[in-house]
Amino acid sequence: MSLEERVSRGTLVINVEACKGCDLCIDACKPRVLEMTTDEFNSRGYRYPRLLAGCTACHACALICPDFVFQVWKYDDEGDAAAEGGAHGS
Amino acid sequence: MAREFMEGSEAIARAMVAAGCRFFAGYPMTPFTEVLEGMAKHLPEVNGVCMNAESEIEAVGMAWGASAAGVRSATGSVGQGLSLMQESLAEICFAQLPLVVLNMARGQGDYFQATRGGGHGDYRHIVLAPSGIAEAVKLVQYAFHLADRWRNPVMFMGDYYLAHALEAIDPVRIEFGELPPKDWRLNGSTSGTGKARIVSPILADKRDDPGCRSYGQRLEEIGGRVAAMASGVEPLLESEHTDDAELVVVAYGTPARYVRYAVNKLRRQGLKVGYARPITLWPFPSDALVRVTARARAVVVYELNTGQMYDDVRIAVRHVPVRFIGGLSYDHDGFGIAPDLSVNKLEARVRKAFDA
Amino acid sequence: MSDAAVPLRYLPTSHPPQRRAKLVDDFSPSLMLPGDHKLCPGCGEPAAMRSGVEMIEELGLTGRSVAVFGIGCSTSFSPAMDVEVLQALHGRAPSLATGLKRASPNSIVFTIQGDGDMVNEGLQEVIHAAARGEKITSILLNNGVFGETGGHMTATTVLGQRTKNTLEGRKAEAHGYPLLIADLLARIQGAAYVARGATNNAGNVWRTRRMLKRAFELQDVGAGFTFVEVLTMCPTGWFIETADAPEYLDANLAQVHKLGVLKDVTLEA
Repeated sequence: MSLEERVSRGTLVINVEACKGCDLCIDACKPRVLEMTTDEFNSRGYRYPRLLAGCTACHACALICPDFVFQVWKYDDEGDAAAEGGAHGS
Repeated sequence: MAREFMEGSEAIARAMVAAGCRFFAGYPMTPFTEVLEGMAKHLPEVNGVCMNAESEIEAVGMAWGASAAGVRSATGSVGQGLSLMQESLAEICFAQLPLVVLNMARGQGDYFQATRGGGHGDYRHIVLAPSGIAEAVKLVQYAFHLADRWRNPVMFMGDYYLAHALEAIDPVRIEFGELPPKDWRLNGSTSGTGKARIVSPILADKRDDPGCRSYGQRLEEIGGRVAAMASGVEPLLESEHTDDAELVVVAYGTPARYVRYAVNKLRRQGLKVGYARPITLWPFPSDALVRVTARARAVVVYELNTGQMYDDVRIAVRHVPVRFIGGLSYDHDGFGIAPDLSVNKLEARVRKAFDA
Repeated sequence: MSDAAVPLRYLPTSHPPQRRAKLVDDFSPSLMLPGDHKLCPGCGEPAAMRSGVEMIEELGLTGRSVAVFGIGCSTSFSPAMDVEVLQALHGRAPSLATGLKRASPNSIVFTIQGDGDMVNEGLQEVIHAAARGEKITSILLNNGVFGETGGHMTATTVLGQRTKNTLEGRKAEAHGYPLLIADLLARIQGAAYVARGATNNAGNVWRTRRMLKRAFELQDVGAGFTFVEVLTMCPTGWFIETADAPEYLDANLAQVHKLGVLKDVTLEA
C-alpha cells in the first residue's frame, strides 16, 4: 500500500509555535507518520513536525512531547486518508 | 488568678498554647529542651501537633509549612541550633509568613544573630527580650500577635535562667486586638479556580496574573517591609531612676534584673544612677533611650558578651561617650551560667564607672 | 520512480478535524497554564509534571491539592500551574510538606524535587519523612544531574556519566557510587508506596501515570508516605542530541535506577 493509500484512524492538531524542535515525537510515533520540517521554521526558529497519513491516535506523541504541541483526535469511523484532502499541512 | 509554681520553660510552653499556638517543631538542645518537652505534653491536649524534628533545619521547615497553612506555629532552639536555621529564617521573611522562634540562649552572645540576622539578604526579625518569667509569659503571646500582624518571624530571646528558674505563674491568654484574616493560607481550596494561591519567597504570582512580579521586583518589595516594620512596630523600653541620673546602665534580658537591683541599691546609698532596659531589641528603642539618657553624663552597657547591644546603644546615644562594662562570663559547662552575674560585682563595676 | 520523487502528502493539522472524532488527548491539562515553561527542548520533566496534575484531576483531588516545590529546573512550573504552591528551599520540601499536611490533614500535599535537591541537599529530609510515614507524596524528577546550574554531578549520577565536574565520567574511587533513593526508601517501614518510572518513551509515560495515580490514591486513604521517582531526559545536562536522550536514559540511568514498583503495602499479605 502506498503512503497515499494508508488509512488514518486519527489525526492531530499541531501547535507549531509551541514546538522546540526536539524530535522526540518522530521516534515515539510507532506508525512513523510524523516528519520534521527541514527548511521551514516556526517564528522562534525551530523546525516542527508534520503529519502523514496513517495516524492511529495512539497519542504517543502527546505523551512524550515536552512542549504540549499535540492535540490527538480519533475518528468515529475509519476513513480514507484521501478524504482529508492533500494540501500541505501547517 | 490561679498561679502555679512552675519552671520557666513550662510557663513559656503553656503561654504559647494559651496564645493559640497549635504547631511546634523542635530538636533537643540545652537549655531549650524543656520547652520542647512542654509543647510535646500540652499541644496534644488541645489537638495541636508537636513534632520531634530530626534536625533543626527540619524543625524550622515543618514550622514553615504549618504556618503556610494558616496555623499559629513556632519553633526554637539555642543560638547554635538557630545558626542552622538561618537560611530558612531569612527566606520565611521573604515568603511573608508569621512564625515565632524561641532562642533559649546560652549567655547573651546571640544578640547580633537575632537583630542583624545570620541569614542572607535584607530582612529583619522583630526581637523581644523578656527579663523574667512573668514578662516572658506575656511577651511570647505578644510575639504571636506581632508575627500575624506583620507576617514576619518574631524572635523571643530567652536564656538558661529564664528556662530553668521557677516562679508562681498563671499563663492566662492575653488578647492584643483584632487581626486580619489569613486569606493567603494554603489548603488546596483555590487550586483549579484560576486563582490558586502561592506562598513563596521567590515568585509570588502565577504567570497569567496581570500584576505578575519578577524575582527582582519581589526582593525590592521585601526590603520595603523592613522599613515598614521599623516604623510601625512599637519599640519598648523599661527604665527607672533616669530623670536625674548622672550615669545610666543599659542592659537586656536576665542580667537586666541584676542591674536593676544593683541600681536600686546604689540609689539608696545616694548614688545618682539609673537603668534602661530595651525590651524590643529590634526595632531598637533608640528614641526612648535617648530621652532617658539625655541628662546623664555617662552611659554604660552591661551584657554577657564582648559587646553587641553596645553597638546599638552607641549608634543611638551621641551626646556622651558610651562605655562597656560587661564581658564574657561562663562557668565550666558553657551553657551560659555567668559567675560574674552577681549584684556585688555589678555594683562595683557601676560604682567604678560612676567615679571615672 | 524513486521514493524521493514521490511527493509526500502532509495532512492539515491547524484545526480540529471536520469529521466526527473523539478528543483522545488535549494539548495540556487544564491545570497547566498555557505558554512556554522555558525548559530545554527534549526535557523529560514536563511529561512527568503533566502526568502528575492529570492524575490529580482524574482522581477529583484538585480542590484539595497543594504542591511543595524544591529548587531546580522544575521550579519554573510553580507559576505555570493552577495549583496552590508552597515554595521550599533546595532540599527542604519534605519538611515543609510535613508541616503543611499535619496542619491541614485533608489537603493532598505533594513535593516536586529534582535529584540534586532531594538526594543531595535534602537526603535526610526525605528519609525522615518516609520513616515518619508522613501522608505526603514525594515526586522525584531524576535526570542524574543538577540541571539548573548547567549539568553537574549529583548523588544519583551513574558511574561513567560525564558531567561538567566529572569530565572523564564519574569514577567510583574519586566520586563514590550513586544512591538508589527509591530502593533505600522502599526499605523504610513508613513508606507505603515506592515506585520508579520514566518519561523517555510513551510506554514508560503511561506506566508512570499509573504509579502517580496510585501514589495519590494511597495518600488519600492515609496509607503512609508515597514516593514516585521519575527518570527524565536532560539532553542539555547529558551533552547529547535531544533525539538520543531516550536511548541514553535506557542505556545508562535505567540500568542502575531500575524501573518498577518497589513497594506497595496494599499488595502485601
